[in-house]
Amino acid sequence: MKELVRQFRDFFVSLQLTVVLLAMGIVLVFAATLDQTNLGIWAVQEKYFRSFFVLWQVGEVPVPVFPGGYLVGGLLFFNLLASHFYRFKFTWKKSGIFMTHIGLLLLLVGELLSGLWQEDTLLTMREGETLNYSESQLKNELAIIDVTDPKTDLVVAVPENVLARGRTIEHPDLPFRIETRSYYQNAMLRRRDEAPNMPPSLATAGLGPQVVAIPVAPTYRQNERNSPAAFIEVIGREGPIGTFLVSTNLASEKPDTNGMVVQWQPQTFSYAGRQWKIMLRHARVYHPFSLTLLKVEHDVYAGTDIPKNFSSRVRVNNPDGRDDHEALIYMNNPLRYQGLTFFQSQMAKSVQLTGLQVVSNPSRQLPYISCILMGVGLLVQFGIHLFGFLGKRRKVAA
Amino acid sequence: MKKHLSLLVLLGALATIVYSLLPTKNPGQFDVNGFGRLPVLLNGRLKPLDTVARTTLLQIQNTQSVRTPDGRSLQPIEWLLDVFFVPELSDSYQVFLIDDPDLLALLNLRRSDGRGNRRFALAQFDKYLGDLSKQANAADNVESAVRTRVQRATVQLRDNVVLYRRIQHSLAAPDLKDYLSDLLNFSAIRTAGAQAEMAKRAGQPSDAAAIEKITTIGMAFQDMSEWANLAAVPPPEGAPDPNAWRTVGAQLMDALGGQALGATPLAFAGLGQTWRNSQPKEFNELVTRIRGSLESRYADAFDRGAVETRFNSAQPFYLGMVLSALAGFLALGSWVGSTQQLQRTAFGVVGLTWLLTTAGILTRMWLEGRPPVTNLYSSALYVGWGAVALCLALEYFYKNAVGSVAAGVIGFVTLLIAHHLSLTGDTMEMMRAVLDSNFWLATHVVAVTTGYSATFLAGFLALIYILRGFFTSSLDKGTADSLNRMVYAIVCFATLFSLVGTVLGGIWADQSWGRFWGWDPKENGALIIVLWNAIILHARWGGMVKARGLMNLAVFGNIVTAWSWFGVNMLGVGLHSYGFTDAAFFWLTTFAASQLAIIALGSLPLTKWRSFRTAAG
Repeated sequence: MKELVRQFRDFFVSLQLTVVLLAMGIVLVFAATLDQTNLGIWAVQEKYFRSFFVLWQVGEVPVPVFPGGYLVGGLLFFNLLASHFYRFKFTWKKSGIFMTHIGLLLLLVGELLSGLWQEDTLLTMREGETLNYSESQLKNELAIIDVTDPKTDLVVAVPENVLARGRTIEHPDLPFRIETRSYYQNAMLRRRDEAPNMPPSLATAGLGPQVVAIPVAPTYRQNERNSPAAFIEVIGREGPIGTFLVSTNLASEKPDTNGMVVQWQPQTFSYAGRQWKIMLRHARVYHPFSLTLLKVEHDVYAGTDIPKNFSSRVRVNNPDGRDDHEALIYMNNPLRYQGLTFFQSQMAKSVQLTGLQVVSNPSRQLPYISCILMGVGLLVQFGIHLFGFLGKRRKVAA
Repeated sequence: MKKHLSLLVLLGALATIVYSLLPTKNPGQFDVNGFGRLPVLLNGRLKPLDTVARTTLLQIQNTQSVRTPDGRSLQPIEWLLDVFFVPELSDSYQVFLIDDPDLLALLNLRRSDGRGNRRFALAQFDKYLGDLSKQANAADNVESAVRTRVQRATVQLRDNVVLYRRIQHSLAAPDLKDYLSDLLNFSAIRTAGAQAEMAKRAGQPSDAAAIEKITTIGMAFQDMSEWANLAAVPPPEGAPDPNAWRTVGAQLMDALGGQALGATPLAFAGLGQTWRNSQPKEFNELVTRIRGSLESRYADAFDRGAVETRFNSAQPFYLGMVLSALAGFLALGSWVGSTQQLQRTAFGVVGLTWLLTTAGILTRMWLEGRPPVTNLYSSALYVGWGAVALCLALEYFYKNAVGSVAAGVIGFVTLLIAHHLSLTGDTMEMMRAVLDSNFWLATHVVAVTTGYSATFLAGFLALIYILRGFFTSSLDKGTADSLNRMVYAIVCFATLFSLVGTVLGGIWADQSWGRFWGWDPKENGALIIVLWNAIILHARWGGMVKARGLMNLAVFGNIVTAWSWFGVNMLGVGLHSYGFTDAAFFWLTTFAASQLAIIALGSLPLTKWRSFRTAAG
């Protein structure tokens, strides 16, 4: 028994395992790079790195074909930690290796944490606009808003995947339930009069009857996003209220970066003496402060359209009254505020529109520390080698 | 005697370098070099016309040399002058590279009609420009990654013809026979035309010739303003933005609308006239006058322009390529003849070459005001430079010519790659917004590129080990051991720089995009290099590989680095994809295959190796 444990331990602390895992890492990264042309960067991250196994779809069955990022990275972490406990003897001669490995452990932990809790959203605003939320670049939500009180909106937000799975939506704040009749991951909308030969709509209320939703293949490209659509039936205690077509294409109230303004009206209905608005929109993250876009600038090099700089001047306003200041956000110079970082990301000068990437990542300092540890560690280690080598040569020469 | 020979070689190399730096003389009485130093604004940068001439020639015909139909050889700036001012002549120069058989057929060209079977004059195919443009427009609709060979060639030729035409419309109107006198009498022509037009509108008798005159001129101006790509007219003195240069065409359109003509269009028209009519004295006076009007306001552009034109004509990287080859041959010769003398000469030539490329890179840095690596082209220069620097250090310690052979070959190949990368145009481009950070260019980019050069060097030393050991009996134990140590040391160095460089890249990404690591193809490429170097080190520390295994792993490092450097740019995805080249794909696969073949060779049992067989027997 003891022998078995010892063999088990020897396997986990061995350099052979390190080399095999590193080689697997290379294969994984290489395959993921090639697959980006098919899947796009987001899907690739989920498939190869944020998984224990890379799965291939054989018919309906997903078959694990290769260890994924969590498994390779996790084993490497374990191997490194274990070998430092059992095999590695700390000596000054090996201090550099030690530092490098500590740095590497930190880097792996940091990447894991970022993967788990980093949140990326996009804040798109026009000059003069003030917003206190940013929107997800991947996720959508069904928002059912009680707009009876003109001063306050009460929002119930339901993630898109609840619609996708066809679950019934019930919520204590809603006096009705919602059922999904049909859901498309990506759909294009046409006015019914522009697409005359389409079958009748499932929708009975709102804009739905005038609109045709045509399912299209989902996109995985980095700079495109899917526009899901769903037919949802709102059912009150007494019976159906109506079936609505909801789509992120129907929800856009702002011009996109091309300046296209979508002219759909919001869909509303009244029930139980209250007014409700219903929309499928990009999932929102609300912040305890607001930003006002004062000015956007887009400089190009003289006589060309090569961008030289994008910048957005914003005012940060905190309702606690303690903070009200201006900041200039431009390339390589983000605004950091309350644990969030605002980066200049997109720009459409013609419509005075800016897109700020909003990132929250509590572990963002870790890579900095690990970079220093690894750099200094390697420098120390190879320095020791180099001076040892030079010293020996000098002795030989003497 | 031998000693003198070695000195002679070094002096010869030095003399060649010095000679290349001497100011170029004007080929005739015209001060064409003075003209070449005049600045114009193109692609966001004020650059001397000399640079415009050379980069355009490289772009459209892959070489800077021009021959006229009657066999005279032209300097690039003389060619540019003809393009500007004698279009009917310049259209007959064979400067368009057309290599694709199907494209040649489309244009009804026979190879034998071309200079060197592949360069043709616009006049030879201008009848078929309509067909060219139709085919190119069709190819435009195809995504560039999936275009066929002929589609790519068609689009490229169309773009080259457009570029040529745009330059041709930049300083003077190619279609106006009496351009200078038209400008000199412009206000009279404009007034007469306007009056005639008014009279005609009012139904009164009008001067039809005056209307026709101003219409012809107006159309020529319109063409110029639409086509011109060089902005040659400086903003008026005291203008808020000194970089707001305009094209001559734009200025002329303003004049057509009633504003003053301005001095610059007239001056260039005068240059055109004097160049056409062979009046060197007047030409030179005009060059001096234009120069005088700009020199005080754009002193910096003139200083840089003077250095840049000298740099252009010296072509230090071309000379470096020749000298690298020389050094490589000398060092190889020292193995065959095993003479100390050749070995030292080779070391000296490597040193000189390295100093020359160092000076070249520093000049580029000063001209651009940037750290050494800003694009794929400069990365090739830097990879070679860094590897040769390491070779010099190795050779200094080991004195076995291995470093010199490596320096010769790597220097030659990287400069050759750089030459091919320079064929896409001006290599000193402006940096796109997010890359516009000297701090990160100086740290992350330099560290990663140093990592590339070290990984390549380790791989190349391993190549020497395998090839020399397998095919010759000259790899004695001492050399084998020192190669072993060299490869290990260089891999350590490579690990340090690629790791630190990659992590710095992550930090830059965190600063600019808010994420440390995005699995972007270029980041992944850099990561793979780090992982590969880590594998080599751990395999060696764990005793999993001995000398031969180390060599094979290091050779594979060549493939890994080549992939990261060029391969990921071919994927056409990701933030870093800025250097797509088609021919590069062929070379990349060929290179990878050759490296795999060498690994296979290296894996054969030692008894098959000539060096070790004799040692054993």
